This record gives sequence, C-alpha cells and structure tokens, in this order.
Amino acid sequence: MPLIDLANPTRFLALSHRLLPWFAAATAAAFASGIYLAVSAPDDYQQGATVKIMFVHVPAAWLAMGCWTVMTIAALGTLVWRHPLADVAARAAAPLGAAFTAMCLITGMLWGRPMWGTYWVWDGRLTSVLVLFLMYLGVLALWRTVEDPSRAARAAAVLTLVGAINLPIIKFSVDWWATLHQPASVLRLGGPTIHSSLLTPLLVMALAFLLLFVTLHLAAMRNEIMRRRVRTMLMLQAEAAGH
Amino acid sequence: MTALAALFVRDLKLSVRLGGGALMGVLFFLIVVTLMPFAIGPDLALLARIGPAILWLGALLASLLALDRLIASDYEDGSLDLILMAPAPLELALAAKAIAHWLTTGLPLVIAAPLLGFLLNLDPAATGAVALTLLAGTPALTFIGLIGAALTVALRRGGLLIAVLVLPLTVPVLIFGVAASNAAIVGPLPFGTPFTILCALALMSAVVGPFAAAAALRHGLE
Amino acid sequence: MSSNRRPTRLVASELACVRGGRAVFSALSFAVGTGEALLVSGPNGAGKSSLLRAVAGLVRLTGGKLALEDGDAELTLGEQAHYLGHQDALKPSLTVAENLEFWTRYLDGGGAIAPALDVVGLGGIAHLPAAYLSAGQRRRLSIARLIAVARPLWLLDEPTSALDSAAQTMLATLMRDHLAGGGMILAATHGPIGLDGAKELRLGSAR
Repeated sequence: MPLIDLANPTRFLALSHRLLPWFAAATAAAFASGIYLAVSAPDDYQQGATVKIMFVHVPAAWLAMGCWTVMTIAALGTLVWRHPLADVAARAAAPLGAAFTAMCLITGMLWGRPMWGTYWVWDGRLTSVLVLFLMYLGVLALWRTVEDPSRAARAAAVLTLVGAINLPIIKFSVDWWATLHQPASVLRLGGPTIHSSLLTPLLVMALAFLLLFVTLHLAAMRNEIMRRRVRTMLMLQAEAAGH
Repeated sequence: MTALAALFVRDLKLSVRLGGGALMGVLFFLIVVTLMPFAIGPDLALLARIGPAILWLGALLASLLALDRLIASDYEDGSLDLILMAPAPLELALAAKAIAHWLTTGLPLVIAAPLLGFLLNLDPAATGAVALTLLAGTPALTFIGLIGAALTVALRRGGLLIAVLVLPLTVPVLIFGVAASNAAIVGPLPFGTPFTILCALALMSAVVGPFAAAAALRHGLE
Repeated sequence: MSSNRRPTRLVASELACVRGGRAVFSALSFAVGTGEALLVSGPNGAGKSSLLRAVAGLVRLTGGKLALEDGDAELTLGEQAHYLGHQDALKPSLTVAENLEFWTRYLDGGGAIAPALDVVGLGGIAHLPAAYLSAGQRRRLSIARLIAVARPLWLLDEPTSALDSAAQTMLATLMRDHLAGGGMILAATHGPIGLDGAKELRLGSAR
C-alpha cells in the first residue's frame, strides 16, 4: 500500500484496526521479557535495588522527549501540508507525552528519596524535565480551550514548534542556572559506564515502552478520528433540524 | 432554593466542560511555584524556609486569575440581565456562583499545594499546615474577588483592573495565612491564633462579599 | 413562585431616562391592558431598547411612575416579566435542554421543557450543545423560555431578528396565543412582527 493512502483517515482506521492487536501483543511480550530481565538483573553495588527504578525512569524520559518530537513533526504536517491526520496525531501524542513525563518525574522522585535523602532537588536535569512537563500541560490546556478542532490544531502546532525551538534553550539555561548555584556534588545518574548486565534489560524495557507508545498512540488517534466524526454528525444534525 | 441550586450546578458544569477554565488556575499555580527557585536559587534550606510564602503568593495570584470570567461571562451573553430580573435574591445568587467558583478554582489549589510542597522541600507537617491555611484562606480570596469582579463587569478589559482593586484587599488574608503556616513550622506563636483570625476573615468576607458585589452590580446599572 | 393574581394593566406615566447626561426619552406615558400589544418604534438611538430595559428594571428611570395594576404586590415588575434582549443568554457548552432547563428552574422553580422545545422546533436536537446552533436556532431556544415559564408581561427587543419567515410565523402565533390568554406584550421593532391591530408608540419624533 502506498504511503499516501495512509493519509486518508478511513484507510488509516481500517489499517490501524488490523495492526493494533499485533502491537498490543508485542508490547505485552516486550514488557514480560523486560520486567523478567530487570528483576533478575544484579543490584548495583552503590545504589542497591534502587537502581532498578532506572529501567522505568530512563525509557520514560526518552519517550517524554520523543513525544514532543512526534508532535513537532505532526505540527509541520498541520501547518505546511494542512493535513487532518497530522492534527489527530499531534492531539493524540500530547496526553501521552504528558503521562510519560509525569512517570519520569515520579520515578525520579522515588529514586531521589533514598539516594539524595529528599524527593526533589533543583538539579538541572530534573528541572528541565519539569519545565517540559509544564509545556505539555500548556499544549493540553490549549487543546481544551479552543472548541473548533482544526483551529485548535493550528494553534497547538504553532505552540509545539515554538516549544521545539525553545526546549534546547530552556535546557541550556536551566543547566547553566543549576551549575551556577550548585556545586557538582549531586550524584550523576547511572555513572560513567553501564555494565552490560544492566544495559540489556534497559534496552528491552526501552523497546517495550516504545511499543507501548505506538499502541496507545494508534488507539488514541482512532478515538480522536471517531470523536471528530461524531462531532461532525452532531453538527449536521443541528443543521438539519428545522430550517 | 431550586433556583440557586440550578445556578450552582450550571456554573460547576460550565467550568468542567470544554472551554471552561477549571484546572487552568492549578496549572498557573504550578508554573509560578516552579519559577520561584529560578529567581532565588535552588537552595533547599532557603526554599523550605520561604516555601509557605511562595505557595501562598502562588495561590493568591492563581485565584485572582480566574476572577474576570466569574461574572463577565454572564454579562456578555445577557444571562446577567435575567439573573437580575429573577425572583431569587441577587446576593444569594452571587454567593452560589462564588461557591461554585471556589470549588472549581480554589479547592484544586488546596489539593495541589501538598504536591508542590515536595518541590519546595517542605516537611509533611509544614505542608499540612500550608494546605490547611489555604483551605481556610482561599474562600476568603474568592469572596473578596467577587466584589472586584462585580465592580469591573461592564468594562472591556476588566482583568488587570480586578487585580489592582482586589490585591490590596487580600493583604490581611495573606498576612494571617502565611503567619499561621510559619507558626506551625517554626513558632514562636501558636498555630491557633493566626489561624482563627484567618477563619474569621473568611467568614466575614463570605458575608460582606456577596452584599457588596450585589450592590456594585445594581449601581452599575445605568 | 408563579402568582395566581393576574395583572390587568401596565401603566407608565411621565417616564424619563437620562444616560450619560443625555435624555434618552422624557414625559413618556402609555398603557397596555390584558390581551394588548404595544409596538415601540422609532429610529436607531431613539431609546427603544432603553425603554424596554427600564420596564424590566435593568435601567434606572430618572422620573415617572411604572406600575403593573392588580399584580402581585410582593413581586417586582421584573419578576412578572420576560425579557428577550439582543443577547440570547445561552451557554455554548451546555446542551439545548440544559440551557432551557436552567432558565426554567432559575426563573420559576421547575416545569416541563420538552413541550416548549417542540413548539420552537428544537425538540429533536435537545441533546446537542448550544454551540452547534445557528443564530436563528439560538433565538428560537431563547423564545422557548417565554413558553416554558408563564409570565404575564413579555418585553421583546427586536424579537424577529435572525429568524427566518417560518420562525417569524411561529413567533407571531406564540404572541397571539399569549395575548389571547390575557397576556401583555411590549415590543421594540423596526417593522411589522405579525400582530395586527397592535397599538404603536413612536419614539424620537420630538427631536
């Protein structure tokens, strides 16, 4: 099937309907093996069993950034090619991105409690993830505020692109701010090298998270397309009533 | 009573539906609190010490933010005309609107405060104290804000004017809210004294607010 | 809330209104009895809307007397009147039914809304958000309020605006029914609204 056909929402619905069970099954399998590998991995000599939080934390952090990348590409699709499926992809990715970022923050806090003795430090890395989380919430708020979906999509696309340009600047300035104020005494995540006994489960878990994202994103896109169809049908119903 | 209940339920529905700003205030609160350490530095001991003040200032600004829609949206679509004509007393109608407004904008701030306490390195006792003072204090902010919203309802750009009118009136609430929180953390005052005054302020504004707002609306008519 | 006493006459004598230092109207006297309609006409800015809002109690009068004779003494004039202004007093995020139900409960204390929606032709789309309605449909939804809650006096400001001819006929029928039931209508209008034999009050000719 040529790629252009995918751009048709109806084709997309049919194809995603067939693909979803496979992705869901692959996600379950990846998580099963990932969790098995993670549980049987050796404890870190310094961090103990706490290091295993990393098997959730690090993939969540990667996806937190990955979702914004997906949204950025979709935003280009919305603004440049004015493609309705791009709107749908951007909208479906935003809550997922926010959820993965929240997961990254929460697992980070749980890891920080035994490691740093406090749930939160204003370390550059943590803080820039927090700012990323706030930006996701901003995009979600924008989607919720504008009633017309295609207008909301264009506004959200502009915000997403501005965010994509700004995120590196935010990251840089937060790092600068954190090192300015703090001696580099904070434990660095992971350490300089990761032993392969930890690396393999991490990569499997990352694959599982990626599959989870793809599955949820497909399902959310389907929901969004159907929600829009319902909306259009209701509007037609209103138009048909008593003119 | 049915009339007031209907108004109360309608306002709750409006704020949680699409386009309603129920959680916008919390988001603003989160952002303001996050910005504070950027301005004053990530020193955890310092943040813990001034944490209650940061949370209170953030909550004050966040509850101010939503005020301009409190009455203005009813004014713009003509609903206010009908509310003014209706048999239900205007004072009680405004009180019902204010309570609905507090439930959707004030209460979320109280719930969010303990989460933000983590970011500011507050210990659980201090977090509890701040949340408790916010629970008593944010209704006062809403009822005082009601007056500002009523005064500026007919103006095109009421938002900033509301802030200018309302912020000075909130000074006592801020003083006793932060004082009670600090009393719970470091002393030397007992927590009860400022907290009782804070509760008294809330009760007083719950009485004065609707009457003053109703008077402002009636006199605002040409 | 609804009173079993029915007012018999709306009497206005020597009404005056000043807005922003300018006299909108002065020495205005008229009377509307049961079953009667009074059409207020005049050029733009003649004070038609202000007069209606003044009768509703939404604009302060600077002089004159306004009374609803034989009405319930405990109710204000505004509480015995319906006001249909330029704005529709609808919330886009509430459904058609929710919008009407709110006003019925707020103005009266309850009543069936389904018959009123059927009369204005919105019965089939009661479940839709008001945001999806056209201007004419929004107007019809606010007209449904007049039927759902019984009030002796209707104050209508340009009631036919945004309505197509079918809806204008519907409104005319509703107004005639209201008059036949002993109601009163005070309407500001630029043209005929389908009420034959209504009295007319011309504003702004003095200037």
